[in-house]
Amino acid sequence: MSDADATLPDGVQRRTFDGKESLATRGEPVYGEPTDGSWRAWDPHRSKLAATIESGLDTELAADDTVLYLGAANGTTVGHVADFAGRTYAVEFAPRPVRDLLDVCETRPRLFPLLKDAREPATYAHVVESNVDAVVQDVATRGQAAVAARNAQFLADDGRLVLAIKARSEDVAREPQAVFEDVRAELRETFEILAETRLEPFHDDHLAVVARPR
Amino acid sequence: MTDDTADDDTATASDAWFAAEGAASAETEDLAEGAALGADDLARRVREGSAPAPDDWPTVAVETGFADDETDYESALREATLAAARATVRERERADDQQLIHAIRAADDARRTANELAERVAEWGGSLFELDGRPDHTGDEPEATTAPDTADAGVAYARSLADRDPDGPTEAHVVSLAKRVATLADEADRLEAYVEDHAPVVAPNLAAMAGATLAARLCSLAGGLEELAKQPSGTLQVLGAEDALFAHLRGDAPSPKHGVIYTHDYVRNTHPAERGSAARALAGKLTIAARVDHYSGDRRPELAEELDDRMATIRARRGGDGE
Repeated sequence: MSDADATLPDGVQRRTFDGKESLATRGEPVYGEPTDGSWRAWDPHRSKLAATIESGLDTELAADDTVLYLGAANGTTVGHVADFAGRTYAVEFAPRPVRDLLDVCETRPRLFPLLKDAREPATYAHVVESNVDAVVQDVATRGQAAVAARNAQFLADDGRLVLAIKARSEDVAREPQAVFEDVRAELRETFEILAETRLEPFHDDHLAVVARPR
Repeated sequence: MTDDTADDDTATASDAWFAAEGAASAETEDLAEGAALGADDLARRVREGSAPAPDDWPTVAVETGFADDETDYESALREATLAAARATVRERERADDQQLIHAIRAADDARRTANELAERVAEWGGSLFELDGRPDHTGDEPEATTAPDTADAGVAYARSLADRDPDGPTEAHVVSLAKRVATLADEADRLEAYVEDHAPVVAPNLAAMAGATLAARLCSLAGGLEELAKQPSGTLQVLGAEDALFAHLRGDAPSPKHGVIYTHDYVRNTHPAERGSAARALAGKLTIAARVDHYSGDRRPELAEELDDRMATIRARRGGDGE
C-alpha cells in the first residue's frame, strides 16, 4: 500500500485501529468510529472519497485546500475533509441529514454548512468564495455531470473536481458502463478528466473521477 | 476582482452575504458605512441571498471592513452559516409528519362535511328555487350518494345559491347554509393544497412515488412516518382495509389485496387478476421509500424507476395496461 501513500494529502494517514489498518484524519469523532489518540478512522465503506483514496487514485487534495463539498449528507465524509483541509463549504439540500451535519460542524471551525440545492449554485454563490482548490461532489440525483458543470464556476483554473458518480442515480435500468460513458462525455464539455477508478468493492456501481476545468 | 462593473455574470461586493442592505444602490465600497447587519440579518442573508457568480469573498470582506482579517471572517461566516442552517432545519421540520396528518384529516373532514351539507342545501334549496345548478329534480331530492361527480355537483349548486339574494327569512337560511358549504369546500381545497406542498418536504421519496395525498393518508393511517417506516410492507399494503383484514383473520373472508393504496394508478389501473401483484410490489417500494425518508431523508430517484420497471413487467403479463 506504500505506493498509494504518496497520494495521501497531508493530514491523512494510514493508521492501525484494533489491528486493522485504515485511513485516518485528526478531529473529533462524530459517528462512533474507532479512534487512536486524536486520529479517527475514515471508513472507505462509508465514504466514497475515502474509497477513492483507498483505490489509489490521486485526488490531488492537499492540506489547507479550500473545498466546496456538494452532497454533504450527514457530514461523515465532509467532516474528514474539514479535518485536513482549509475552509470547507458543505452543501446539502435535505434537512434531516443536516441535523447530523450541524453536530460535525460544531467542533470544526472552518466547516460551513449550507442548506442549498447543488443544482442551483446562484443560491450560494453569495457565500461560497471563488477559486476554491477542490470541488468534491457526491450527489445522488440524476444529472450529476450537469451539477458538476454548473459548479465549475467556483473552481480555480488549476483546481480539481473529485466526483463520485452513482450509476443508479442516473438510470437504474441501464448498464453502469453505458451510464458512465454518457456522464464522461458530458463532463468533457467542461472538464478534462485526469484519472478515474471504479469504487468496488467499497461501493457498487460507482465511478470516481478526478478532473480539472478546461 | 472586486470591481463593481455590473455584469450579468460577475458578482459585485453588494452581492455578498455580508453586504449591508442598500449597499447595492449606494456606490460605496465601504460596507461598514451602511447599516450594520445583526446576527439574524446575516443568517437571513445566507438563507435568502443569491449572486450571479462567486467572488473572493474573504478578501472583499476584509477590504470593505466587514472583517478584520481572514480568521475574523471565518468565525463570522461560521456563525452565520450555522445559524442559517439551524433555522432552515427548524422551519422545515415544523412541517413534520404530525402536521401533515392533521392537515390531511382536516381536509377529509372539511370535504366530507361540505358534501353532507351540500346535500341538505340541495334538498332544501330545491324546494324553494328553480334548480339552476343541478340536473332535473323537483322538491324531492335524490338519496345521498357519495359518487364524486354528484358531490361536486352538490357543492357547485350550493355555490350558485350562495350568491343569491335571499327573499325572506326561510331563503336567508338556505343561502347562509349554502355560503358555509362554499367556504368549507374552499377550506378543503386549501388544506389539500397544503398537503400537496408539504408531503414532499416531510417524505420526499414517499410523496414522489405515492403522490402527496396518498403519502399523507398512509402516514395518517399508520400514525406517523416513523410508524410507517417500521411496518412490514404487508401491513402498508392493507392499511385502510382493516375491516376486510379482520374479517379474513376471523376466517370468513379472503385476505384483502390492497387498502388505501388502491387509489394509486398502479393498482387501480392494473388488470384485476394482477392487482394483488401490483399492490404487493407498490407496497414494497413505498415501504422502502418511507424508511429512506424517515431514517435518511435524501432523495433516491432510482426507487421510483425500480418500481416503474417492476410494474411494466407485471402489467406486461396481461398485455397492456388492462382495465
